[in-house]
Amino acid sequence: MAKKYDAGVKEYRDTYWTPDYVPLDTDLLACFKCTGQEGVPKEEVAAAVAAESSTGTWSTVWSELLTDLDFYKGRCYRIEDVPGDKESFYAFIAYPLDLFEEGSITNVLTSLVGNVFGFKALRHLRLEDIRFPMAFIKTCMGPPNGIQVERDRMNKYGRPLLGCTIKPKLGLSGKNYGRVVYECLRGGLDFTKDDENINSQPFQRWQNRFEFVAEAVKAAEQETGERKGHYLNCTAATPEEMYERAEFAKELGQPIIMHDYITGGFTANTGLAKWCRKNGMLLHIHRAMHAVIDRHPKHGIHFRVLAKCLRLSGGDQLHTGTVVGKLEGDRQSTLGYIDQLRESFVPEDRSRGNFFDQDWGSMGGVFAVASGGIHVWHMPALVSIFGDDSVLQFGGGTHGHPWGSAAGAAANRVALEACVKARNAGREIEREGRDILLEAAKHSPELAIALETWKEIKFEFDTVDKLDVN
Amino acid sequence: MPFKSTVGDYQTVATLETFGFLPPMTQDEIYDQIAYIIAQGWSPLVEHVHPSRSMATYWSYWKLPFFGEKDLSVIVNELEACHRAYPDHHVRLVGYDAYTQSQGSCFVVFEGR
Repeated sequence: MAKKYDAGVKEYRDTYWTPDYVPLDTDLLACFKCTGQEGVPKEEVAAAVAAESSTGTWSTVWSELLTDLDFYKGRCYRIEDVPGDKESFYAFIAYPLDLFEEGSITNVLTSLVGNVFGFKALRHLRLEDIRFPMAFIKTCMGPPNGIQVERDRMNKYGRPLLGCTIKPKLGLSGKNYGRVVYECLRGGLDFTKDDENINSQPFQRWQNRFEFVAEAVKAAEQETGERKGHYLNCTAATPEEMYERAEFAKELGQPIIMHDYITGGFTANTGLAKWCRKNGMLLHIHRAMHAVIDRHPKHGIHFRVLAKCLRLSGGDQLHTGTVVGKLEGDRQSTLGYIDQLRESFVPEDRSRGNFFDQDWGSMGGVFAVASGGIHVWHMPALVSIFGDDSVLQFGGGTHGHPWGSAAGAAANRVALEACVKARNAGREIEREGRDILLEAAKHSPELAIALETWKEIKFEFDTVDKLDVN
Repeated sequence: MPFKSTVGDYQTVATLETFGFLPPMTQDEIYDQIAYIIAQGWSPLVEHVHPSRSMATYWSYWKLPFFGEKDLSVIVNELEACHRAYPDHHVRLVGYDAYTQSQGSCFVVFEGR
């Protein structure tokens, strides 16, 4: 039956709070942590979030009646208390699939975390999780290669990969920069990485860097007999320049390039990922700016959402924090989102911060990259937390070795392999870590010196963003 | 920073990927790794190659992958038989994972010359 036009302002909950609604398999589901202004009922806040992130506006408008808005609206179907927090609550919202363009993470985020985050009836709002329906996932390409293909291309099996960022991160000439790459790779690392800040500055233009790095990678491969790579950062001011750099990396025969997906943007990232699939290149993803968005426990977007979005947009490796190093990251929460990067199905598990069952279907997996303030003493914990499908990156922990980067690299490689070997032999490597490392150091003066150099460094601060559990 | 005579010279070594930076394993240690491969549900597989081709993607299979083999000593015997047949080749043990179509484990047991 046709509706009548009734101008004015209706309460949001009349339209967008539907506690009896049973979500469809094709719905995109979201969980928001809402903190409303004082005196506004929960249902009204939750319904307002559903409305403002989908079809709604503040006033009834005549043109709504030209369509079937009930088919297109987002609905809040559940409200839950946040454990240990009286002022906030979780709102679960279901969005019909047709609200989103196929294959566009940009479009999903523009809707879900657009205007609604500035909405006045809210004090804070945080997007905790998204359940992407299979019907949407199948429209995204995802990782250009995935874990299995990357292992086959790089010939690395049965252990985490080992990398490091070139330091100092800014100010080296192309030739000096290539020297540091060469030292790390000949010492036993699998990968080295451009720092995220390295794009194409006056002290080192990108062509010059790419050429010297390619020579360093080639020399290290010939001398060690192992496959090597360097993440050539193609992040640039414009998409045209980004593709130009990617093409040149390919021309030089390099296996892997790099992009910063948040500062560069999802559209650029998805485009570059598709280029990588087409051109047989691996794609390493940095996450600069993520902590601006994901660190506050009541406002912004949780990193698990940003990680899921990256898997859909495309990348073969993504930084995830280290749990044990200098950067923020709760252990259970980190395990929760590295599952989202690597597994084909992740069940709902609040103790890991996963609010929904998430089926990834046949989408490829993304290596978890642990980087930032880690050194050899952390190795047993890192191998235990991150498992084999990870890249462990030691920057200061490589270049800071008293003999230089090659010896630092060798120390890390010995420590890594000793931990993997001990784990396979059934030892509890976190508990026995000290013994395992000291035994390995008997055969490696480089490791013995590294253990001596970093024995006092710890980063023991409490995390700011904790999971909401009793 | 003044030069310190304590600084050592790191010499590049040619290595054969995973476990290439550890000393050769003892018989018992190799048993442990085979037990791990079997416990994960992976199929043991023996491959060999002349050292001049060690960077090649495809090494020669020794026979076929030992699908479903659970007996450690069978695998040890096959490794040794491969080494006897190709004494100058590298011989590696792979834990083949049919679910991921990848290698859960892979390391060289005998180095050729």
